[in-house]
Amino acid sequence: MDIYRAHVLVCGGTGCSSSGSATLIERFNEQIAAHGLDKEVKVIRTGCFGLCEAGPVVIVYPDGTFYSHVKAEDVDEIVSEHLLKGRKVEHLVYVEHATHEQNAEKKLDDINFYKHQHRIALRNCGVIDPENIDEYLAMDGYKALEKALTTMTREEVIDEVLKSGLRGRGGGGFPTGLKWKFTYQSQADQKYVACNADEGDPGAFMDRSILEGDPHAIIEAMAIAGYAIGASQGYIYVRAEYPIAVKRLSIAIDQAREYGLLGENIFETGFNFDLNIRLGAGAFVCGEETALMHSIEGKRGEPTARPPFPAVKGLFEKPTMLNNVETYANVAQIILHGADWYAAMGTEKSKGTKVFALGGKINNTGLVEIEMGTPLRKIIYDIGGGCPNGKKFKAVQTGGPSGGCLPESLLDTPVDYDNLIAAGSMMGSGGMIVMDEDNCMVDIARFYLDFIVDESCGKCAPCRIGTKRMKEILDRIVEGKGEEGDIEKLEALAETIKATALCGLGNTAPNPVLSTLKFFRDEYEAHIYEKRCPAHHCRSLLQFKIDPAKCKGCTACARACPADAITGTVKQPHVIDVKKCLKCGSCMEKCRFGAISRE
Amino acid sequence: MKSLAELEAIRKATLNRINLRTEDDSEATRVVVGMATCGIAAGARPVMLSFMDEINKRQLSNVTVSQTGCIGMCRLEPMVDVIVPGKEKVTYVHVKPEMVPRIVAEHVVNGRPVAEYTIGAAENE
Ligand SMILES: Cc1cc2nc3c(=O)[nH]c(=O)nc-3n(C[C@H](O)[C@H](O)[C@H](O)COP(=O)(O)O)c2cc1C
Ligand code: SF4
Ligand code: SF4
Ligand code: SF4
Ligand code: FES
Repeated sequence: MDIYRAHVLVCGGTGCSSSGSATLIERFNEQIAAHGLDKEVKVIRTGCFGLCEAGPVVIVYPDGTFYSHVKAEDVDEIVSEHLLKGRKVEHLVYVEHATHEQNAEKKLDDINFYKHQHRIALRNCGVIDPENIDEYLAMDGYKALEKALTTMTREEVIDEVLKSGLRGRGGGGFPTGLKWKFTYQSQADQKYVACNADEGDPGAFMDRSILEGDPHAIIEAMAIAGYAIGASQGYIYVRAEYPIAVKRLSIAIDQAREYGLLGENIFETGFNFDLNIRLGAGAFVCGEETALMHSIEGKRGEPTARPPFPAVKGLFEKPTMLNNVETYANVAQIILHGADWYAAMGTEKSKGTKVFALGGKINNTGLVEIEMGTPLRKIIYDIGGGCPNGKKFKAVQTGGPSGGCLPESLLDTPVDYDNLIAAGSMMGSGGMIVMDEDNCMVDIARFYLDFIVDESCGKCAPCRIGTKRMKEILDRIVEGKGEEGDIEKLEALAETIKATALCGLGNTAPNPVLSTLKFFRDEYEAHIYEKRCPAHHCRSLLQFKIDPAKCKGCTACARACPADAITGTVKQPHVIDVKKCLKCGSCMEKCRFGAISRE
Repeated sequence: MKSLAELEAIRKATLNRINLRTEDDSEATRVVVGMATCGIAAGARPVMLSFMDEINKRQLSNVTVSQTGCIGMCRLEPMVDVIVPGKEKVTYVHVKPEMVPRIVAEHVVNGRPVAEYTIGAAENE
């Protein structure tokens, strides 16, 4: 195992992989060999660094130089300048959004995006090679398993998790220790632990990134959970459409078996535990716990009524303990550093940290982990860098299709389970999507409902039919055909669906509509009563007009119009035929005299 | 199957290998080799490789080897700075691979700079 003087870390997360980081790795290896540096410099593929917006991302250690948007042709320069001669390539260094500062001396922790974060679940992501178990071991990996198996009783492990205050990160926020205790108390000849890696909310990629960047953390935590509740077998349910996560997880499981960290008689304590991966086909409802378990059993992924709860009767009719990926990602750290250490972070009822996938109209899209209780404003502005192009912030969506949209006035809400619910949204699994003045809130609600209509399994009528009715009403409203009474109809349908749907998908499906009705009712009213979309987003309600006083008759707009909707003679005011107009906006862009307006 | 002792040995060895990524360099001893064109021409590359060899041989943790551009005193190349945290930087000049084991043994490991190789000695000549 040789020591190299420099390590080149190239992000191999989903975002950077799709923008070509694999090619970068090849090119680095080629160029490093060409300069005879292959005994001195090592290239490592990591998981997501978090700042996906700046991808592909490359960090050179020991300097800690953070290069962003690296292209294949930039590699030669980094090798011949930085790695060969020790001169950092200034022009490729990451540029701060807020200040446009480009400082090659800035370390990761000094960059605004990282400065306010607190990384526990993501601690190894972007730091280690996820395909190398030795690197995980070096970061105190499998020490918590060793501690639990060799020095703690099962009850003590459960107690530690309970006292830490850890709550489920999959959306529900149920106290994790309590779930472990219930499953521990169930009597059975066989029990199971399971991991929910189905992550299907639009815009969410927290769990996937943890599996891609630090798969051993999940394996270690599941083994600890197996010991605590008395299970010798675990299942990880992960989407087949996340191939990098599946591959790294498989490699990690094989390596753990080889080292005797999975299998029989682990650490010679007599404890047996093994893990298997089950691939999901990518239906949102399969993330619901009962549906997930049916799917693992090879049955249709449809929810069934609870009780019985999985802790009593789950997989193959046996007591089963299901936790989310991020929930597990905290467990080894809690065992290692103690419940008090963990409970010292966060708010009264929400301890520790939470990972969010920041997306939408925000400068620094990516993955962030913050201490519970951090205000939304800090996440969106200090970490996320605010809305791009100087646009005005309008709302932030949390909780995915089960959550809600919060307006500017609630940005000082400290983020935790209870505060977000009190504000009118929810924590959910960690999607956080920012909307600016150009987003129409009615259309946003329609987007989430559309997702629900597609993903509803159809088993129960309120969800199958009710959400479709709601969507039809929203379709009408954005097309300018909204009627008096539509808002009331939406509200009535929402209440019925919430109260009568069989599973969580249906119970929470109306939330995006209800929260936008609560905070952005004026936008609904403008659509319905004034046939106007305040964000100028809904095409059916747009009208382009030429102001004859300003029009110079230059004909530019007429030439740009794809629909031949503009007529007029040279040097005379032009007019738009609203019947022919497709509302593409090209004319407005072309007019140099500001004569065309949009309403 | 690995025993607890074997796992611990892997942890230690791997940490040595990767601590340049995780450690705050304020805690690490830094060996900085001048590697601009003048330094490379004067033979800085074999010097750097010797440093890495020594560090590898002794499995030293907490030491990073990095390079810098031209320091502006080309006649003294190859030059090497050794920076022990909390101590003043020591600059060695006209460094040859043969001198490296002594610098590592006496300075990096035991904290006693090798006075006769330093820039001070060279300038008093
Ligand atoms: C429609 C629906 C989808 C869900 N999708 C997920 C998911 O993708 N990942 C997840 O961990 N939990 C999901 N859940 C929550 C799970 O049912 C379950 O509560 C969770 O996995 C338990 O783990 P936790 O206590 O660690 O959060 C979903 C729930 C519903 C109703
Ligand atoms: S609420 Fe929707 S997803 Fe859940 S069981 Fe009923 S139809 Fe299926
Ligand atoms: S908006 Fe598009 S279609 Fe309508 S008039 Fe302008 S260019 Fe023509
Ligand atoms: S581009 Fe503007 S100024 Fe020219 S004809 Fe069209 S509306 Fe008039
Ligand atoms: S995928 Fe590379 S930083 Fe997120």
